[in-house]
Amino acid sequence: MKSARFLLLFMVVMLAACKTGAQGPAAPAGGSMYIQNKGSDTMVNLALAWAERYQAEHPEVSLSVTGGGSGTGIAALINGTVDIANASRAMKSEETQQAIANGITPVEFTVARDAIAVVVNSENPVHELTLQQISDIYSGKINNWLQVGGDDRPIVRLSRETNSGTHVYFLETVLRLGDKTNPTLFSTDTLLLPSSEVIINEVRQNPNAIGYDGLGYIPPDLMDSVIAIARDASGPFVTPSIASVNDDSYPVARDLYMYTAGEPTGAIKDYINWILSAEAQAIVADLGFVPIK
Amino acid sequence: MGKSKNWRETVITAVVRTCGYSAVVFVLLIFFFLLREGLPALAEVKLGELLSARWYPIENHFGILPLLTGSLIVTVGAMLIAIPFGIGTAVFLSEIAPRWMREILKPLVELLGGLPSVVLGFLGILVLSPYLRVFLNLPTGMTALAGALLLGGIAVPTTVSIAEDALDAVPQSYREGALALGATKWQTIWRVTLPAARSGVLTALMLGIGRTIGETMAVMMVTGNAPVLAIKLTSIFSPVRTMTATIAAEMGEVANGSTHYHVLFMIGLVLFLISLAVNIAASSVVFKSRKRAERVLS
Repeated sequence: MKSARFLLLFMVVMLAACKTGAQGPAAPAGGSMYIQNKGSDTMVNLALAWAERYQAEHPEVSLSVTGGGSGTGIAALINGTVDIANASRAMKSEETQQAIANGITPVEFTVARDAIAVVVNSENPVHELTLQQISDIYSGKINNWLQVGGDDRPIVRLSRETNSGTHVYFLETVLRLGDKTNPTLFSTDTLLLPSSEVIINEVRQNPNAIGYDGLGYIPPDLMDSVIAIARDASGPFVTPSIASVNDDSYPVARDLYMYTAGEPTGAIKDYINWILSAEAQAIVADLGFVPIK
Repeated sequence: MGKSKNWRETVITAVVRTCGYSAVVFVLLIFFFLLREGLPALAEVKLGELLSARWYPIENHFGILPLLTGSLIVTVGAMLIAIPFGIGTAVFLSEIAPRWMREILKPLVELLGGLPSVVLGFLGILVLSPYLRVFLNLPTGMTALAGALLLGGIAVPTTVSIAEDALDAVPQSYREGALALGATKWQTIWRVTLPAARSGVLTALMLGIGRTIGETMAVMMVTGNAPVLAIKLTSIFSPVRTMTATIAAEMGEVANGSTHYHVLFMIGLVLFLISLAVNIAASSVVFKSRKRAERVLS
């Protein structure tokens, strides 16, 4: 009798646990005034600034902004748990197919542009590098600063984590030089750091370090040690700025995107239209990004 | 009156029994959940690929060996620090320190154990890593060594707390007997008291190991998260990537049900099995049948 009671209790507990946690698509947000915005850490400050200004002007709308990386935002869009996904890279074709398989058609909006700055320690005498040199540094072919005109020091490579759109963009544009068939990968001893602040901190105090980050995240004291990049050894070495992004002379510039689930309607549509307007693009420039033309 | 007393007895016994069994039930349920979400990884990724040396999930490289070695090297390093410091402190507090010193030191050690690991990780990036880089002339201070030092510091308070209680519980008659036989204080501690408190001390060490291998935030901030295969002795001076940091960093970005998702759960399963193995090893020592002499004396 005792064992029967225990067995009954056990089965009740097991049955309660059997409810699977598969997430269905979120309730359509077209009617409600609560917009969820998730994804790129590069864009999170920008998205927050936009949200604050928009909520000040439209108090009936409430916006929530979270980071987590472009990969996180896109995964949430595919799972149907977010209204707008911020991404500092374009969605891959596998991700688009996964979304469509889940009944969600992602719609892409270019909301700003960004330059990726490559930065070294302020004691480092190296100020110019070609794309090929940076690619070789990060893939492990070049291991000492002597090989690129610096001191005799080992190179410590810093990068963002793999869920970061910045990381993926850097892989495609710099390591692989824009060639989709190039199989180059980051060297295994590249430090994959969880946030821009940790990268900047390490670059600031380690003379061996090289790191990359969005231009808006480079603090004033490191602006002088941003590397001027040339597409090839003969070309002009260009430092990143709003001007050099807009005239396409800086080779490592990218678009920043927002993805919605299907064509946006109602409050979401108004918000996106406001982001593409002059007022919101002025905020873009204030934060160190490049407004869309 | 007899009947109502019986009824209350039954209810209380049932509640207590449920609480006791529920611990086992929860662990089993977690295990089955991990199995359900993690085993598909074995079907989707060939075993040879899983055991390869390259972890780069966004390009479908799912080699978990660097993560395993990363976790192991940081845990071993941390225990090499925590065992002498932990047991030494416990012995000091229980056997050597005067009563008033013990009253002050014990709460202080437990205070150290209450520090959130994120705070320690933060201190690690800002203070420990630069110091290691300069002091040991390394390319970067973000290494397995920094992780091991921090984790040793995190594991010590846990170890000290429990080991000290275990040492305290050894009957005074053991020590008196040893002293009566002419043993010195150290001989008493090393050959009588510690072996008598063996089960408690081992439990303390197991809890320390369990805490260390499961630690996420502190290692994520100071070890550099580079998926290097850490098999040489000098790997302690290179950046590593632990299994826990991998799960924490990547779980947010995986689409539910994708291969990456299943592999991450498999890593969780591996962590679970390692903890289980450590606990079973500990239990087998702790519950070994006591020698007849020990049974008679206690």
